[in-house]
Amino acid sequence: MDLYEYQGRALFARHNVPVLDGGVATTTQEAVELAERLGDRVVVKAQVKVGGRGKAGGVKLADNVDEVTTHANNILGMDIKGHTVEKVMLTVTADIDQEYYFSYLLDRANRTFLCIASTAGGMEIEEVAHTDPDKVVKLPIDAGVGVNADIANDIVTRAGFPEDLRTQLVDVFVKLWDAFVSEDATLVEVNPLVRTPEGKVLALDAKVTLDENADFRHPENAEFEDKSAVDPLEQRAKDSGLNYVKLDGSVGIIGNGAGLVMSTLDVVSYAGESHGGVKPANFLDIGGGASAAVMANGLEVVLSDPQVKSVFVNIFGGITACDEVANGILGALQTLADRGEDVTKPLVARIDGNNAEAGRQILAEANHPLITVVETMDAAADKAAELANKGA
Amino acid sequence: MAIFLNENSKVIVQGMTGSEGMKHTRRMLKAGTEIVGGVNPRKAGTKVDVDGVSLPVFASVAEAMAETGANTSVVFVPPAFCRDAVIEAIDAEIELAIVITEGIPVHDSVKFWNYAEEKGNKTRIVGPNCPGIASPGKSNAGITPADITGAGPIGLVSKSGTLTYQLMYELRDLGFSTSVGIGGDPVIGTTHIDCLKAFEEDPETKAIVMIGEIGGDAEERAAEYIKNHVTKPVVGYIAGFTAPEGKTMGHAGAIISGSAGTAESKKEALEAAGVKVGKTPSETARLMREVIENL
Repeated sequence: MDLYEYQGRALFARHNVPVLDGGVATTTQEAVELAERLGDRVVVKAQVKVGGRGKAGGVKLADNVDEVTTHANNILGMDIKGHTVEKVMLTVTADIDQEYYFSYLLDRANRTFLCIASTAGGMEIEEVAHTDPDKVVKLPIDAGVGVNADIANDIVTRAGFPEDLRTQLVDVFVKLWDAFVSEDATLVEVNPLVRTPEGKVLALDAKVTLDENADFRHPENAEFEDKSAVDPLEQRAKDSGLNYVKLDGSVGIIGNGAGLVMSTLDVVSYAGESHGGVKPANFLDIGGGASAAVMANGLEVVLSDPQVKSVFVNIFGGITACDEVANGILGALQTLADRGEDVTKPLVARIDGNNAEAGRQILAEANHPLITVVETMDAAADKAAELANKGA
Repeated sequence: MAIFLNENSKVIVQGMTGSEGMKHTRRMLKAGTEIVGGVNPRKAGTKVDVDGVSLPVFASVAEAMAETGANTSVVFVPPAFCRDAVIEAIDAEIELAIVITEGIPVHDSVKFWNYAEEKGNKTRIVGPNCPGIASPGKSNAGITPADITGAGPIGLVSKSGTLTYQLMYELRDLGFSTSVGIGGDPVIGTTHIDCLKAFEEDPETKAIVMIGEIGGDAEERAAEYIKNHVTKPVVGYIAGFTAPEGKTMGHAGAIISGSAGTAESKKEALEAAGVKVGKTPSETARLMREVIENL
């Protein structure tokens, strides 16, 4: 889960990383009240999980309450690269003498953690790495040891940070590591980390990604989840324990196993090329079991997407053999009918694996008006795409 | 032969007494796997009857190994306790620990991997979040369906479970030496490269199918390895060509961020290494069929 800046800042504050005084507002009125508490001069920053907000006019300096009103009015509701601004963060201002870059992140390839530090901060670190590679220091962090004062000192030396800031920086780097580990983050990025003219070190931005697999250790972080920004169908699927991602097309997809479902999206997209360019409407992995109850929940979510014109159920029967899967599909349609759902969209089923013939037989004998059984994945994708194109 | 797992493997199950552990212990026994016991400190000293087979429960992996000569552990321990379970297996220096558990925090995976390295990698870790290893006709450790394919000349390595099963099933008449599900998490133990190396050295394996998916650069690195070290024919498949950027596709590791981790870059890297890459699973099976016919 990517956090908003204001959430990242709150998380930093929780770990005593020095940040500027501030708060968050969802209305202009709240922004004004907040500004009155913070003092005259404040920065109003759009809260969106996308870069380039400054260029889009989403970051403004306000010298008085009138300006706070103007900027909050303009920024709230603003569209930045397809993201609507629902909240603004206000902070007091800081004079900046120098800007640095600092982050801890997961290094997948080396199965460890990495620290990236640079005395050239404020802009995209990829750009600095490209134009001035010597200015960017990358240090693997031993997960067994972590970042203690010795290692933080080493980072200060290697990245060439100013000596007079050493004590402060060591303290900040250790605290950021504490935040990174104890919050189960996969990214903690400060850009810029600044030096004020008075020689004080401050984190002026906070980019944090938390590992959702670790949610069970962090009930307090559930508040960071932004339900308003989540697609309602995705939320509904999540509530039923389903792994669903909403996409833009019209062929609803249900499959078992993440890899097979990803593959199904590809195969349907290829098939769509000869059927008016139809595309998959979603990713939905109902897991290995594929029981009738789970199938029913999955079908319900997929069918409640108004964009869906046909549904492709693509199941490999392994541990759950295909006869059970076939009964699961029929059971799911019955369950939906019993719930009073209006099921009218055509469904293409491709089931393969253990007892595949028996499974297809069950579906053939049921002779359900909405179900077409197709033997192979490629042919079934073609049929589902064709039906979606006709239904459009 | 087969790799990592064979007819001589003696398997214990960590978390055997849980519902998933029990269900799959039963399946593994049925598949002919030599299961010699389970580990659960709270139930140590008891016996569990699984379809007429009485399996002892031990307090620790070390004790289970001492008592039974086990060399392989399959781990079904829930996410919150999984890191400690894997560390216990590493401490006991068991040869192979296959971590099936899904949903392990990545900090925990980094911790146990780091620990295994510190201990000199005496334990091969497979997973987490993987279907395990199947050497058809010999042994099956994990959750791979045992009856979808037979023994044969193909070695398979994959990030994904059901996609693996699909290919094993499509090629069931040819059969497999070993299939290794390495898992779809961002941090895993055994990699594509480790498996490619083992298959290259395994006389029973004549050709290799490698299944990848979006996220990370493991496939690109595997391609580089194939170019320099693999002489056996390799056929590849990559899932996720049409996945959007920034959305996690089921597996925690399956996410495209910026230009990194796209299916296209993986396919290009593999093709540059001489790997034939199928557009769909069925086409991949077809390509493998051609390879086997031309051996």
